[in-house]
Amino acid sequence: MAVSATLAAIAVLLGTAALAIAIHRRPFATVLIYCICLGVCLVLLALAGTSLIERGPVQHLTLPIGLPWLGARFRIDALSAFFQVVINLGGAAASLYALGYGRHEEAPGRVLPFYPVFLAGMNLVLVADDAFTFLVAWEFMSLSSWALVLAHHHDRENAEAGYIYILMASFGTFALLLAFGLLAGPSGQYAFGDIRDMAHAGWLEGLVLVLALVGAGSKAGLVPLHVWLPLAHPAAPSHVSALMSGVMTKVAIYGFIRIVFDLLGQPRWWWSLVILGLASVTAVIGVLYALMQRDLKRLLAYSTVENIGIVFIGLGLALAFTANNMAAPAALAFTAALFHAFNHALFKSLLFFGAGAVLTATGARDIEKLGGLILRMPQTAFVFLGGVLAISALPPLNGFVSEWLMFQAVLLSPDLPQWGLKLAVPAVGAMLALAAALSAACFVRAFGIVFLGRPRAPEAATAIETDSASRASMFTLLGLCLAAGILPGLLIDAIAPVAAGLVGQSMPPQASISGWSIVPVAESRSSYNGLLVFGFITVSTLVTIQFIHRFASSALRRAPPWDCGFPSADPATQYTADSFAQPVRRVFGESVLLARDEVDMSPPGDPRPSRLTVTVRDVIWETAYAPISNLISRTAEQLNHLQFLSIRRYLSLVFGALIVLLLGVAVWA
Amino acid sequence: MERFLLDVAHLLAGGLVLTSFMLLYQTRMSSLLAVFALQAVVLTLSVAWQAHVQNAPHLYITAGIALVLKAIIIPYALSRVVRSLGIHRSIETVGGIGPTMLAGMGCVALSMVVMLKATATANPLAREDLAFALSVVLLGLLMMVTRRNAVSQIVGFMSIENGLILAAAGAKGMPLVVEISVAFSVLVAFIVIGVFLFRIRERFDSVELQALDDFRGERR
Repeated sequence: MAVSATLAAIAVLLGTAALAIAIHRRPFATVLIYCICLGVCLVLLALAGTSLIERGPVQHLTLPIGLPWLGARFRIDALSAFFQVVINLGGAAASLYALGYGRHEEAPGRVLPFYPVFLAGMNLVLVADDAFTFLVAWEFMSLSSWALVLAHHHDRENAEAGYIYILMASFGTFALLLAFGLLAGPSGQYAFGDIRDMAHAGWLEGLVLVLALVGAGSKAGLVPLHVWLPLAHPAAPSHVSALMSGVMTKVAIYGFIRIVFDLLGQPRWWWSLVILGLASVTAVIGVLYALMQRDLKRLLAYSTVENIGIVFIGLGLALAFTANNMAAPAALAFTAALFHAFNHALFKSLLFFGAGAVLTATGARDIEKLGGLILRMPQTAFVFLGGVLAISALPPLNGFVSEWLMFQAVLLSPDLPQWGLKLAVPAVGAMLALAAALSAACFVRAFGIVFLGRPRAPEAATAIETDSASRASMFTLLGLCLAAGILPGLLIDAIAPVAAGLVGQSMPPQASISGWSIVPVAESRSSYNGLLVFGFITVSTLVTIQFIHRFASSALRRAPPWDCGFPSADPATQYTADSFAQPVRRVFGESVLLARDEVDMSPPGDPRPSRLTVTVRDVIWETAYAPISNLISRTAEQLNHLQFLSIRRYLSLVFGALIVLLLGVAVWA
Repeated sequence: MERFLLDVAHLLAGGLVLTSFMLLYQTRMSSLLAVFALQAVVLTLSVAWQAHVQNAPHLYITAGIALVLKAIIIPYALSRVVRSLGIHRSIETVGGIGPTMLAGMGCVALSMVVMLKATATANPLAREDLAFALSVVLLGLLMMVTRRNAVSQIVGFMSIENGLILAAAGAKGMPLVVEISVAFSVLVAFIVIGVFLFRIRERFDSVELQALDDFRGERR
């Protein structure tokens, strides 16, 4: 029942795409299409939410399409339902936001048809129950998002981003294809049910793990496969950026969990070592680059890389515990990972919406041109600040809860029997802490430069508050962030059946604990009460305000602010984003960031201005991708000559090839 | 008797390879066409002998087609083309005759090694036939590669086709329809190439391939 309803909703989305092609020139098209998408997302959200909360049974459906001997199989279990909730929550918020934001789109014909297809593709991936349907849906998702990235393809940078994106997406799908091929075995049993029942050889499972890391990791943005992400996510229109960053990466995580936790069977402990290593590097590298970015949307995209790293740290820990049959800690780590995935979908969408609102209001993505927007756009500033607090993992918001749970899992690592893990996991915890701290710095910078201070460019000085639909969407997301932060027990209990299905046990039920506290392991060890923290913060803030207003002098005196001895009031004298990032750039400078500060100081008497040029290059791109790309273009250049040979030379090539092949036969046979 | 049949088949197939070498050796257009006609005659004999040995009367038809088309019509037509186009009577080669002959010997050795190994279990009649046929094909290709003139390339192409027919005749059970259609495709190819030759001549005043390459703006 739930499966057929879900599929019907997906079909409605596909129909909406066809409708969008037909009517995209009409003025009401934008509102109509996004309204339909919003409605369908809410329906899907309700369907998935009920089946998750009611802990409904696993449901199957097989349609007679696709491969003839296989059909198209669909299945909804707790894992699918959880991710459906995440995706449709993000989809609904993005559609609501787009009701306002989409009106600024110059070419709606490039966005409207692909947007519902993108939503449909992501939902279809979640319900697929055989490799063929899964891959088709996966490609559907990739290609429609690629089309959305190219919506503004006249921009050279966007075209390039689209090119890199399609390359990486194809590469990832190819890896997944191989992974499923290996899993299906020589008899080609592509149904997930059959794969689950099969026993696989050890080396094969290791290979599938690597392929799944490459395939799902390239979509999620694991270092070193993240290079496309900071280019492609910002290139799309902002509501699509939010979907790609906040939601599509979750589909990738779902794919990874489905393959590694569900299809592969009992994990080995060294798997988690691989994942933990990659994930902690991802978290730190992602946030370091986020800290260096001047483009607000690219900063958010790099921050997505960081958060994906955090989620994968949780998954790696869960694998480590599962491999040692420690079900309770595994459930804790797994719940933390899913909790963080949920949180990230909320606050990253919120932040991208805020960035989109700023972009529409000012036309500038470079944060060095912004400033002082808190006065021009107070509501956007407020929700953006909320999102910033959440992503910086500050209580009482949701980011804190998931990272706190993650640390609780890290603290259980001394019980692991392998010395490799015993030593590695605390190091991973340290990386996680570093990433969390850097992320706070990153978002202090982002918020401070964009919203505080004085406008650095005339566009920022004339900005106006964004429209009501966008604000409604952002306030809803902020409300959800707060709710998940102060009542985390509800969400943990909702995740419980997912964890029970995949790691064998779930966290202890939190609803029965008095006072809305959460207790991950045992009361004596640690507990957290979001409601209490929220209440304390609220009350203490109110009391402080009252106190100050009561006892402070009410005499008002306006005076010029201290100007550091410089009478110039130029906005350019303010603290800049680059100067904020400089200490971190110095610390990690040459080795990690390939950063160079070049100072061109004009000699005394020379009237030309002195210059400080900062370049930051992506070390992964320079060391891993640039050589490959150079090699390919050089080879292509060489081979290009083959296109302009004379007939006789072509014949010679054929003759030579024939001779070589015959020689091969003669020698080999 | 068995032995004699086999020996004659070998003699004729070997003769075909020998004529291929003669084709490679020619430096004058008229003698090239004459040798090509000779090769077609040897092919006719070889196929007819196969027909006799294998007791396959339909091969006589193949032999007849080879004789009429390849030994008479095509050489005659080609020599008329050469005359009417006023093509140079001498043939320009790439890399000289000597090295080409050496390369040809290498080709023959290679095809012997490959074929005798690959067909170890086959009927001895077909076995040698296939080895010789591959040699003829390789020599024809070698000729196409080492000649600059379009007419001699056509001759190379036709001699490849001769090799194919030899192989087809040696292998038992090749349907007649296939052979006839191959023969007609060669005829069609000849007509098409002939038309092209005249068109090329009209446009470039030459059938040297150099002229075409120059036209495409290439450096050598």
